[in-house]
Amino acid sequence: MVSIKYYLSQNSIVGVCILYYVLMALVVPGFFGANNTWNLVYNFIPLLILAIGQTFVILTAGIDLSITSIVAVASVVGGYLMSADSGLFSSPLITVLVGITGMVLAGAIIGLINGIAVTRLRMPAFMVTLTSLMFFSGLAIWLTQSKSIYNLPTLLVDAPYKTLLGLPYPVYLAGLVYLVSYLILNKTLVGEWIYAVGTNVKTSWLSGVNITSTIVFVYIISGVCASLGAMIYTARLETGSPVMGQNVLLDVIGAVIIGGTSLFGGKGKLQWTAAGALLMTMLDNSLNLLGMSFFLIMIVKGAIILLTALFNQYQPKSLVHA
Amino acid sequence: MLSLDNIRKSFGPVEILKGISFTVRKGQTLGLVGENGAGKSTLMNILGGVYEPNEGQIQFNGNPYRPARVSDSIQQGIAFIHQELNLFPNLTIMENLFLNEFPRKQGLFKYFIDQKKILEQSQMLLKQVGLSVSPFTRVSDLTNGPQQLVEIAKALKGQPRLIIFDEPTTALSQAETDQLLQLIRKLKQRQVSIIFISHNLDEVKAISDTIAVIRDGSLIKVKPAAQYAKSDIIRDMVGRDLEQFFPERNCVIGKLPKLQVNDLNVDGKNQLSFEIKEREVVGVYGLVGAGRSEMARGLFGLSRVYQGSVKWNGVVYDKFKPRQWIKQGVVYLTEDRREEGILSFKSVLENVQLASLHQFVKAGFGWLDHKGILSGVKEKVKATRVKYQTLESQPVSELSGGNQQKVLLSRWLMTNPGLLMLDEPTKGIDIGAREEIYHLINRVVEQDSCVLLISSEIEELLGMCDRILVMNQGRITATFPKTDFNRSEILKYALNATKE
Repeated sequence: MVSIKYYLSQNSIVGVCILYYVLMALVVPGFFGANNTWNLVYNFIPLLILAIGQTFVILTAGIDLSITSIVAVASVVGGYLMSADSGLFSSPLITVLVGITGMVLAGAIIGLINGIAVTRLRMPAFMVTLTSLMFFSGLAIWLTQSKSIYNLPTLLVDAPYKTLLGLPYPVYLAGLVYLVSYLILNKTLVGEWIYAVGTNVKTSWLSGVNITSTIVFVYIISGVCASLGAMIYTARLETGSPVMGQNVLLDVIGAVIIGGTSLFGGKGKLQWTAAGALLMTMLDNSLNLLGMSFFLIMIVKGAIILLTALFNQYQPKSLVHA
Repeated sequence: MLSLDNIRKSFGPVEILKGISFTVRKGQTLGLVGENGAGKSTLMNILGGVYEPNEGQIQFNGNPYRPARVSDSIQQGIAFIHQELNLFPNLTIMENLFLNEFPRKQGLFKYFIDQKKILEQSQMLLKQVGLSVSPFTRVSDLTNGPQQLVEIAKALKGQPRLIIFDEPTTALSQAETDQLLQLIRKLKQRQVSIIFISHNLDEVKAISDTIAVIRDGSLIKVKPAAQYAKSDIIRDMVGRDLEQFFPERNCVIGKLPKLQVNDLNVDGKNQLSFEIKEREVVGVYGLVGAGRSEMARGLFGLSRVYQGSVKWNGVVYDKFKPRQWIKQGVVYLTEDRREEGILSFKSVLENVQLASLHQFVKAGFGWLDHKGILSGVKEKVKATRVKYQTLESQPVSELSGGNQQKVLLSRWLMTNPGLLMLDEPTKGIDIGAREEIYHLINRVVEQDSCVLLISSEIEELLGMCDRILVMNQGRITATFPKTDFNRSEILKYALNATKE
């Protein structure tokens, strides 16, 4: 089967994922089984959504470090709008719809601010998003006086566990995000521009690419993805928390890098990111099952991200970003 | 002191130097002149140990001289002062002078730098070149002239017996130039030999004992400067007809101007005005640094425009942005193919489609007609005869320079341009691809477009253009219609030689 061989040569991370899954299923007790599989899915889905947003940014040779603060702000905003303690709306459906809209808007606005700062102030993305990470993390805590928000509507809280055709709702949300992102990156003008800007900004500018709107766009996407991730976290924890998602940044960037998307921009695919996110989830899960402490797991994950980043640097990758 | 005997150098099948021999005696200044691409740089790179000659011997100081790397030439006492300075602007003069080896203290503190010794030596070196500033001054705080002097001081530190100046005055003001020439005379008195390369014939004549003219890789003449008239030098530089084939165009130039540039100011000093008619090819000639690219880049919106307007197709514009221009049918082919031309690790398809993607948007959401793009790209790369293996997966960086250039031309042709500004379109391209590009230009013009052709090669302009603008120091100094084409005259205006 030449085609499978070729596919794996261009998508080595997918092969690594399968290999790791089989290995862990054989070696680690409790890894292979219905219970743990659901566990994997619930941890994988929000990470995937966040990592998809990050992929857009990294494809333009930028980086979005502010996603954890966006998760926190969105969670707090959603929590406030939906909590029975605030009692803003009587109908649970309207409450949830307004809450979700508020969360997505919060993410989009912070993304917009990031994008404008990167393009207009001509500051490095690293600096801009590090600053907004500090600013919005602080804002979320200050607004809530460091208190979590409880009493969220059951409609929201139950949603992650409801299933359609045997699959839980969050899977459909992630599927939708993936599909829309795939179409944007592969079928639209801005998708082509994202790859072009990441490959060579000067060439893109000379060739009439709208650099500003392309870059602002990717930060908005990242912000929206972060708020959708926040939605799942908020529902599962049944809390609007100002410190939500504090440890997720490493996993998100790690997932994108492990997948093989280049930090220098222009090179990367969504399916790589999906496989990278899956691998990160499996790593976490399996090391946990082996009884490693949180900190030891951090050490192992850090080492693996570094190794794959090095490995990817010497791997010729396909040009076609489909 | 230095003698070259029958130096030959080829790159692949192309012979750049065809047997060059000359000598420079102790304390003598040799002026070396020739057109762009005549082989001066190659020759100097051989002396500097960058290239090895294929044939011929060099004697320096009575010994055979074969530098294998740059440090060899410095060690042997040959110093280079390049047109582009090799200084670190963020460091002080003193640090720049001693960067390659700081004198250390003795004994216990041998890992520490001997500040006192450095300061003394720096002051001495600066005095030698006549620069009266503190050695602690940052290089970025100096203007071009003093920076050039620091560069010379750095060279003098190695006690050179031969100094090669490569276009040292292009970035200098008149006063700074005079000061530099004064310094060179002083060096000469100290029995330092000098090779002085410049496009400015007045300077060359003023400073040199003998002048050597190189053309197409051959030494044409070596003559004492005093007996070598400027008009003769120019004639020897230009030479006879080059046997190169430029295809004929089958079209008539339009009556009315299609592009009108009015008082365009791109350098804060000079105003440029010119026009291009329908189906006309206007050439821009000038030496490196004359402001040719700057004019086109300013017009296209790549660099600052201080003032001025452009009338294109009857509409006046005074704000310039590449994206708007492309939509109006004005495009610019960059001289810097690698840095801002190609998307190097992307495919031919992705490179060609880049500038015309907006034409293939179907309805909302920026949905692209990928089928249409593919067939459009295929048609263009066929017309420009790009040679590639696969359209969609071979990185364009694997293609030859000529094919990369054709890819970029395809990118622009896909936008259906009405005006093509081509900046050195045949730079670093082999003869075959070059001819194909000339044919392409003609085909575009025959389809009612016009072309602004910027080139350092006078032959190319004479062969391709209907009119040639000559630029010098940011100004348009002359315009030659096709009936008045005259190499020596064009070169004269480019060199800004005063009439004799």
